Amino acid sequence: MVDHFDPAQHESADTFYPEVIHPKVAHLMPESYQTQNSFFADNPSDIDATVPTILIGAGTCGLSAGAPDTRQAVENYFADSDLKPRLIDVGCIGLCSEEPIMEVQLSGKNRLIFGKVTAKKAATILKSLEAGEVNSKHCLGQHRKSGESAWDDVPFIDEHPFFRPQTRLVLEHCGVIDPDDIDEYLKRDGYQALAKALHTVTPAELCKEVELSGLRGRGGGGFLSGKKWTFALNTPADHKYMICNADEGDPGAFMDRAVIEGDPHRLIEGLILASYGIGAETAYIYIRAEYPLAIERLKTALAQATEYGLLGDDILGSGFNLHIKIKKGAGAFVCGEETALIHSIEGKRGMPRPRPPFPAVSGLHASPSVINNVETLANIPYIVREGASAFNKYGTDTSKGTKVFALSGKISRTGLVEIAMGTPLREIIEDIGGGIPNGKQYKAVQIGGPSGGCIPTQHLDIKVDYETLKTVGAMMGSGGLVVMDEDTCMVDVATFFMDFIQRESCGKCIPCREGTRTMLGILKDITRGRKSEDGVDALDRFKGIMYMDRLAQVIKDTSLCGLGQSAPNPVLSTLRWFRDEYEAHVFDRKCPAGVCPELVTYSILDDKCNGCHACATQCPSDAILGTKKNVHHIIPENCIACGACIAVCTKQAVIKE
Amino acid sequence: MEHLIIPDLDPILKRYPDPNREHLIPLLQDVQEEQGYLSKESIGVISRHLEVSPAKIYGVATFYNQFRFSPLGRYHIMVCRGTACHVKGSANVLAAICSGLKIQPGETTRDGLFSLEVVACIGACGLAPLISVNGEYHAGVTPAKIKRILNSYRKREEIHANG
Repeated sequence: MVDHFDPAQHESADTFYPEVIHPKVAHLMPESYQTQNSFFADNPSDIDATVPTILIGAGTCGLSAGAPDTRQAVENYFADSDLKPRLIDVGCIGLCSEEPIMEVQLSGKNRLIFGKVTAKKAATILKSLEAGEVNSKHCLGQHRKSGESAWDDVPFIDEHPFFRPQTRLVLEHCGVIDPDDIDEYLKRDGYQALAKALHTVTPAELCKEVELSGLRGRGGGGFLSGKKWTFALNTPADHKYMICNADEGDPGAFMDRAVIEGDPHRLIEGLILASYGIGAETAYIYIRAEYPLAIERLKTALAQATEYGLLGDDILGSGFNLHIKIKKGAGAFVCGEETALIHSIEGKRGMPRPRPPFPAVSGLHASPSVINNVETLANIPYIVREGASAFNKYGTDTSKGTKVFALSGKISRTGLVEIAMGTPLREIIEDIGGGIPNGKQYKAVQIGGPSGGCIPTQHLDIKVDYETLKTVGAMMGSGGLVVMDEDTCMVDVATFFMDFIQRESCGKCIPCREGTRTMLGILKDITRGRKSEDGVDALDRFKGIMYMDRLAQVIKDTSLCGLGQSAPNPVLSTLRWFRDEYEAHVFDRKCPAGVCPELVTYSILDDKCNGCHACATQCPSDAILGTKKNVHHIIPENCIACGACIAVCTKQAVIKE
Repeated sequence: MEHLIIPDLDPILKRYPDPNREHLIPLLQDVQEEQGYLSKESIGVISRHLEVSPAKIYGVATFYNQFRFSPLGRYHIMVCRGTACHVKGSANVLAAICSGLKIQPGETTRDGLFSLEVVACIGACGLAPLISVNGEYHAGVTPAKIKRILNSYRKREEIHANG
C-alpha cells in the first residue's frame, strides 16, 4: 500500500516531496488521491470493533449539563466489569436541551443515542442495555447504517422531529466523530477536497468555483465569499493573509463554538483551501478567549494536521505552504467588524477604520487579507469536494446552501439547527423546536443578535433567507434565534440590546458613542417607576420619547461601521411590531409582561399566607420578613423583583402587580 | 506587600522574544492568566520588553473586556448576559448575586472570597441562564438556586480552612 512513497520513485525533477510522508495521508498525494486507495480502506473503522464504544457529548453545553459526572458514572459502572469499553469525548450533536447525551455503539448494532443521561441514569441505561433492552424513556433514536443491523422498535434519529427537517452539511460530523482524532475525519472523506484543489485546480479556478456556488458570508455581512477571494487574489502583493473570524461576539449564537468543538478539522481544511485560493501563506484564527475548550481542540487538531503534512511547508507535495496561528480575542463585540479585527491582531485597540480601502486590498500589515467566518469556511470543503452545483441546489435564488441557527430561549428543544435556506420560520420554531413550553403563547423571535430584529406572530411564515428577513426589519446576522413568549417584555429586550451596544461601542465615532448612550437613557426612562423620578425627569422622559425615531435615523445614517449603523435596529423593530407595549410603559407606567423591575411590585396577601417561610428562605435579598406560622411581608426597598418568592409559594399568596 | 515586588514575568516574556507590537495582547493575556490580573508593575515590565509606552498599553488593555486591574476573589463568578440568558431571567440572577454578595460586577468581596464578572456570552445558550464559578458551569440557575450555590462554595472554603 505504501509502495509509492519512496521519493526516489519520482523522476520529475521539479516536484519535491517531503522525505517522510505520513502513511495515513498517502491517498491524498498527487498520483494516488483519485484512486481512493485510502489507508483506511484496509483498516476498517475501529468503531465497529468488538469492543463497545461509548461516546459522551462533551461540548461546553454538555459539560455544563453534567457530562463529567456522567462520564465518571460510566467509568464506575465498568470498573468491576470484565467489559472495558472505549470512552470517547465528542462534540455536540446539537440537541442541547437533551444534554448530557451519551451514545452507545455495540458491536454489529447501530449506534444508539440517549438523552438527559445524568450520572444517576447512566448505570440504569447501561444495565438494561447489557440485558439487551433499550431504555425507551431516554433513547432518542439510532443512527442509520452505523452498524451491521438495526435495533427493533427504536426510531431512526433522522426521523426525530428535531433532526428530520434539517439539512446537515456543516454540522455533518458534530457529535459523531472524535474531534481529537484526525483519523476519524480522514475516514469520512476528510481533506479530500484539499487534495483535489491542490492537485487539479488553480487558485483562480477555486475562487471561481466558490463564487459559482453562491456561498455568502455567514457572519452577518452576506457578501459573496468567492468574490472577496477574487479581489484578494488579483491584488499583487508579497504577503497575503487569510483570517478566520471565530470571535463569536453575538450573544445568543454558538454555532462557531460547536463546529470547532465538534469538527475542528473541517474548519482547518476550509481555511487551508481559502488560503490556497487567495495565495496566502499565513493564516490566523481569531477566536474568543471565552471558549477554552474550543481553543484546546483547535490546538490539538492543528498539531495533528501538521504532523500529517497537511499544514506547514509543501503541503501534500504541491509546493503550497501555509502556517496557521491562533490569536485569542480579548472580548470586544466590535472586533467582529473586519478592520477592527485586523487592528486587534496587530496589537492595537480594536477600532474600525473607514473603508475603502477594503481589507482584500489593504488589510493586516497593509497587505491583502480576507476575513471569513467559521461557518463560511466550514462550507468550503463540501463545495470543493462535491462541486458548486451540489451546493447551490440547496437554498433560494439569492441565498444558497444551508445556515446554522442557534435556537434558544423559551422553546422546548434548544440547540443547533442547520436548515436549507428558504425554510419557513414556523417550521424551525414549531417542528424542530417543538413550540413554546408550559402552554405559553409565542410572542416573537429575535434573529441576528444586537444588529437584528424581532419577528412577530403574523410573520412567522416568512422564509429564512438574507433578503426576506430584511423585509420585516430583521437580518440573518450570525444566526442566533432567541424565542420569546408572552412573559418577555419587548421594551426590556430593546433595553438589553441597547445596553449591550452602548457598552460595546468602541467610541471612535460620535453618532454611535453618544447616540447609543442617549437611546439607552430614553429606554431606561421609559422603564423607570415613579418612585425614583422627580419633576424634571418626567419632562425629559417625554422629550426623549419624541426624539427617539429621529435619533435612531441619525445613528443609522452617520455611523462609521456596521455596529453603529445597525445599532438602532433592536429598538426600531420592537417599536414597529410592539408599539402597544411601549405605550403601556410610557402612558400607563405598566409592564404588561411583568418584567421591568421598577414597574412591578410584589406583595403578600395576608389572608392566603400560611407562614410556611418558604419564600423567606428563597429570597436572595432578604426582603421578606416573617417567622414560621405567621404572615410574611415584603419590604419594597429591599425587593429586587426577581420573582423567586412567587415561584415557591404553594398558596398563591404572593402577587405581582 | 506583594504588590511592591516587581513580578517575575521572564518565563512569559521568553515566549515572545522580539519586541513586536503584535505580541502585546497575547502577552497581556498570559500575564493575566498567570497572575489573575494586570498590576501596574507588570504593565511596566511589559512596556520595557515591547518598547511600547505604558499609556499605550493601558489604552489597549482598558479597551478589551477581558483585562482586569484588580486581583480576583478565590471564587470567580462569571454571569452570562447573552440574549438567551437574558430572556430566561439572567438579570434577576445577577441581581440576586449582587445582593447576596453585596458587590457589583467587576468587584471583589471584602473577604476576598468571591469576585463577580459579567460576560457577553458563554456560548451554552441552550441551557440558559448560565453562570460559571472558577470554570465550573451551573446551568439553568434561578435566583433561588443562587443562594444554595454561593453557600456551597462558602462551605467548601470552610472545609478547606479547617483542613
